[in-house]
Amino acid sequence: MTNLLEVRQATKRFGTFTALEDVSIQVPKGSIFGLLGPNGAGKTTLIRIINQITLPDEGSVYLDNELLNPKHIKDIGYLPEERGLYKSMKVGEQALYLAQLKGLSKTEAKERLKFWFDKFEITHWWNKKIQELSKGMAQKVQFIVTILHRPKLLIFDEPFSGFDPINANVIKDEILQLRDEGATVIFSTHRMESVEELCDHIALINKSKKILEGEVSEIKRTYKSNTFEVGLLTDDHDKIYNNLKEKFTVTPADFKVIDDQLKMKITLDNNASSNDLLRYLSERGQVMRFNEVIPGVNEIFIKTITENE
Amino acid sequence: MSNLKLIIKREFIARVRNRTFIVMTFLSPLIFVGMISLIAWLTTLNNDEIHKVAFFDETGLFTFDFKDSDEIDYIDYSRLPLNDAKDSVVIKQLDGLLYIPKKNTNKELATSIQFYADESPNISILNKIEKIIGNKLTNQNFTEKGLDLSMIEKAKAKVNIQIENFSGEKTSKMSSYVKMVFGGAAGYFLMMFIIIYGNMVMRSVIEEKSNRIIEIIISSVKPIQLMMGKILGTSFAGILQFLVWVILGGVLLTIATSVFGIDPQPVGMDESLALQEGNHEEIQLLLQDILKLPLGTLIFSFFIYFIGGYFLYSSIYAAIGAAVDSETDSQQFMLPIILPLMLGIYVGFFSVIENPHGTVSTVFSMIPLTSPIVMLMRIPFGVPWWEVLISIFLLIGSIIFIIWLAGKIYRVGILMYGKKPSYKELFKWIKY
Repeated sequence: MTNLLEVRQATKRFGTFTALEDVSIQVPKGSIFGLLGPNGAGKTTLIRIINQITLPDEGSVYLDNELLNPKHIKDIGYLPEERGLYKSMKVGEQALYLAQLKGLSKTEAKERLKFWFDKFEITHWWNKKIQELSKGMAQKVQFIVTILHRPKLLIFDEPFSGFDPINANVIKDEILQLRDEGATVIFSTHRMESVEELCDHIALINKSKKILEGEVSEIKRTYKSNTFEVGLLTDDHDKIYNNLKEKFTVTPADFKVIDDQLKMKITLDNNASSNDLLRYLSERGQVMRFNEVIPGVNEIFIKTITENE
Repeated sequence: MSNLKLIIKREFIARVRNRTFIVMTFLSPLIFVGMISLIAWLTTLNNDEIHKVAFFDETGLFTFDFKDSDEIDYIDYSRLPLNDAKDSVVIKQLDGLLYIPKKNTNKELATSIQFYADESPNISILNKIEKIIGNKLTNQNFTEKGLDLSMIEKAKAKVNIQIENFSGEKTSKMSSYVKMVFGGAAGYFLMMFIIIYGNMVMRSVIEEKSNRIIEIIISSVKPIQLMMGKILGTSFAGILQFLVWVILGGVLLTIATSVFGIDPQPVGMDESLALQEGNHEEIQLLLQDILKLPLGTLIFSFFIYFIGGYFLYSSIYAAIGAAVDSETDSQQFMLPIILPLMLGIYVGFFSVIENPHGTVSTVFSMIPLTSPIVMLMRIPFGVPWWEVLISIFLLIGSIIFIIWLAGKIYRVGILMYGKKPSYKELFKWIKY
């Protein structure tokens, strides 16, 4: 898979403060790439570098194997976290203006806007002023403006904030559809469940350095500890628990059940097979639950960051 | 359409559609003309008032000299006892009582005339009375010495110095006055324009910042483009507003003058012009003077300095707008704008008018922050072309520098929220 975007060893300093240090990321074409990190880690600086709002002090950015240059502006759609619209300008005029700034002709912009306004059923907003709309409504307009010029690369910074669950879902579906149509998406957020749901690649930035990057499944494979969550229906909880403890690393687990199960997490040694464990368990009771514990992005996030402190 | 054009168009429309802008555009000339009319009306009201002055003449000399005029009615109380005369002046609420005592000589008489009044009397009335008495006494002195009054009248020489320059062109004495008016108006106009529309640029930058639309915009255009578009768009709106003011103000003033029969000319100017009245040659010379002003240079340099000065200052305004989060925070940065503007105006109105080619005027017409105003005021008096050239070069050089500087501050500032920056921090931003 080729990369649409490559950031190579980007460093950005503001005076004595280093906002970004030697950060490289590779965003594969057609992926949804999660850019994660705690507040103030340097995500926004990186995004601004990609958008050519700020220039890196060192390093370079390549879009489609070409050094980033002003003509790439129209290839990128950016929805910043700090976003707003002109309050006293009409929705339609404003959307037209922003679309034209991205290089669309007026007629083309109008046509596409009409399509999206119809799709979102907001055509009647055209002549309203932004100050008459709610925050969520304005966000919809912003979303349309971001994607209207059909950019190759879409960058969303906290796209779901301000949306109610229904509209957040609408936006999520649109993002997925844009990906299916060939767009590449960079997605910066703190909401791990949406990362889990959408992203196939992630990069983790902490204290201006990248500390983790890769395909989500790959990362999860490295972070999993060969641990299984087990629910066993048996008469003698204590005896079995103690027996298991002699053979494996066992910790209590907590999940919801409707009957009296023995709940635990069992971590296997590297050479041990899960089948052996399953066989062992099935001889001692009725196995109600047996599944591998796969670390969530959230856990990986917290773990990597605390390890790096 | 290029992005710069788009931004200019948007800024222009946003300014022009603004409700305050519309109201100000149409209300200002109304208020202005209204004020002038009010002042003119109040002045005429004052003039219409007829003052009543009683006189008590022991000499009997002036009985026929105090003739009622438009302004003053004279009442002769000479036949009453002095005290009765005083009382009746108070009772009848007359403006005062003029007391002319009997003296041996005219010289003595001239210093012993008194005017009784409760309130201090109107200066112009006193002047008129003094003139009447003075003329009468002077003439009497002449007659006593056996001089023929009609001969004296004939012997008076009326002097009117004609001013000509070395190439033989006549100018009127009003010439300096005309130059002053032209220069002063241009300088003052520029200052007002900078303050009004520079502030507008600043407010629109702050608006974008507080609306948080700025990041969306600058992911499409360069910050410097946005800044320049803002300055240009706002200035076009400003020019439009000024045009409306001039046209509407002119029309309203004409209407006010003809409908209410009010003479809008300030009273002070009336008198100085009155000297020229009837003197067609003088008026012609005055017109010639206006035409003979280096009009080409004047208009050309007006545009250069107007555009230059406006760009210089409004980019500073834009940088300030970018540095702060709200208009109240902008106060601390206003000094570098207001100080040179005020300095320019003061130097212009005091130094240039006094001595257009003195050291102070020359130096300040070179310093870029004050040169637009001071040089505009100097140019009608004739400035060597090389001085203008140096001044323009310095101005253009510093415009480029200031726009570059402001652009840097702007670029960093528009993305900074929260704390109020200090001058030290602004300096740091330039280096980012």
